[in-house]
Amino acid sequence: MSSSVSSEATWVPRKRRGAELVLTVMAVGLAIFAYCAVGLGAEGRVPAGVVGLSVTLIAVAVAANLLIRRFAPYADPVLLPLVLCLNGLGLAMIYRIDLGYEERRDSWASLAPNQLMWTALGLVAFAIVLLVIRDHRRLQTLTYSFGLAAVVLLILPLVPGIGENIRGARIWISLGPFSFQPGEAAKICLAIFFAGYLAEKREALALAGRRVIGIDLPRGRDLGPIIAAWLVSIGVLVLQRDLGSSLLFFGLFVVLLFIATERPGWIFVGGLLFVLGAWFGYLQFGHVRARFDVWLHPFDNPDQNFQVISALYGLAHGGLLGRGWGQGSPEITPFGYSDFIAASMGEELGLTGLMAILLIYGLIVERGLRISLTCRDAFGKLLAAGLAISLALQVFVVIGGVTRLIPLTGLTTPFLSQGGSSIVMNWAIIAILLRISDQTRRPAPAVQTVGEDEATQVVKL
Amino acid sequence: MSELTLTLIKLGFLAVLWIFVLSAVSVIRTDIFGTKAPETPEARVAPRTARPTPKPKAAKTRRPQRGKASLLYVVDGPNAGQSVPLGDQPILLGRGTDAAIRLDDDYVSTRHARFATNGAEWFVEDVGSTNGTFIGSQRVTSPVAITLGVQVRMGKTIVELRK
Repeated sequence: MSSSVSSEATWVPRKRRGAELVLTVMAVGLAIFAYCAVGLGAEGRVPAGVVGLSVTLIAVAVAANLLIRRFAPYADPVLLPLVLCLNGLGLAMIYRIDLGYEERRDSWASLAPNQLMWTALGLVAFAIVLLVIRDHRRLQTLTYSFGLAAVVLLILPLVPGIGENIRGARIWISLGPFSFQPGEAAKICLAIFFAGYLAEKREALALAGRRVIGIDLPRGRDLGPIIAAWLVSIGVLVLQRDLGSSLLFFGLFVVLLFIATERPGWIFVGGLLFVLGAWFGYLQFGHVRARFDVWLHPFDNPDQNFQVISALYGLAHGGLLGRGWGQGSPEITPFGYSDFIAASMGEELGLTGLMAILLIYGLIVERGLRISLTCRDAFGKLLAAGLAISLALQVFVVIGGVTRLIPLTGLTTPFLSQGGSSIVMNWAIIAILLRISDQTRRPAPAVQTVGEDEATQVVKL
Repeated sequence: MSELTLTLIKLGFLAVLWIFVLSAVSVIRTDIFGTKAPETPEARVAPRTARPTPKPKAAKTRRPQRGKASLLYVVDGPNAGQSVPLGDQPILLGRGTDAAIRLDDDYVSTRHARFATNGAEWFVEDVGSTNGTFIGSQRVTSPVAITLGVQVRMGKTIVELRK
């Protein structure tokens, strides 16, 4: 082929599975280290469960590694170790809070073994996605099926009989002994639906309308989809009282719309609609107003706002370097193992550890956006970006809420929080990202060797 | 457990955590700055993120069959003998109603393959078919340039570009 290409420093497809293995070993090591440190700090001995945990984590890591080597050999090398590390840290923290509760209460059902089981199931979800979806472009043909699935999943908790109202939010369904948060699965379905829909319609939506202060606003007649997404989000807020998911779905749509059309005007319109929705929610709903009050004046009502205040004291107690594993008292904060796990981490690992965790999230999102950049088809680009943005939004909303940067909303912290649906679905998201990344990093097949040797060649479009 | 040991564990853990994060960053670094292409032939096949260089020009002068393609012709299969004139517009083949030639082939998908031109050359691209589009024994996974007489197979159908 052309000699002009080889003289430049170009990006050569490399598998980098060795680098992945080294990082994976480090991640699993970190998780086991954390688990042992919890036992040493809290009880002065290495916990008995360490063998079970190590075996399960190593099995998960080895299986995931082999799966990637076999079925997605060119996939991104850092995503898996980063996710394993977060998952392991979450397990250690949940175990630590188990210990704290056992000390304070007589009866406490340990959450850590459950979480370990869900991690293993997360790997199963990861394997299924990686095996079933061999080409992400296939998903595009199912765009509207996924849209329908998302709507059904969102409505399910409202169906009497299987829907459950837990702590004021109607986001759970229970089938026999299992309860499940369909919103987590809806997140993936919506990302696929938005990506497929926008890949098809983006040209129409990119048409510019009136220009205001240097921003091209979209045309009035193109506002239909964004208003529909807004109404669905408001519906989630009104019917399920779930502020977090409502924010996540709308934010995801607006950001994807911006990425698909490259028009900042959409962010402007989305921001306007968001402010409108927030204002409407504030005026109409007691629970939204309560969240604003907690955010602005937590110390006015210490009994009611105990959770947030306790999380703030926990973070302050942690300081720069933290108390050390097992040395703080994160169990004082209600739900210190799920919604408020960031505060628990901040208390035991300090600002230094919390920053490392945020950086790991940042790297995961960066990899997602990088996959989106290198992907060549519009659908894959939007899907990878959508999944990355949904993780970023979720982390921002939760950790921002816990640290009182923005009003608190109930969402899980991906991979860290205790909760089966969240762990399983987030592993599935990583599998989709790895699949797209395998497709984009794989060297193009050398078709110029068949047929017309010299004239047929691989081109990039 | 002495206070000192616990402090060492605490600091040690934070250090290992940061070493992990920084190692991940260093792996990512190679992705951002790129690596020099090795001078082996197969490594030069597909430098992906490089800007598309005007390669087709060089290739065109060496083309064995000269002339502009004006017809997409079905060589073999249930629709053998049918053809579509080529214009500037992309041509979709498949079993669906929006296909340029409705292929009556059970092994062909509703939307199977697309033929498009950049003005100089024609490209074939699989649009998510079930059984794939092949040039020789190679499955088409990304748009591939084709010239006159290259046989493209989908299901039992074989098509080629003709003058």
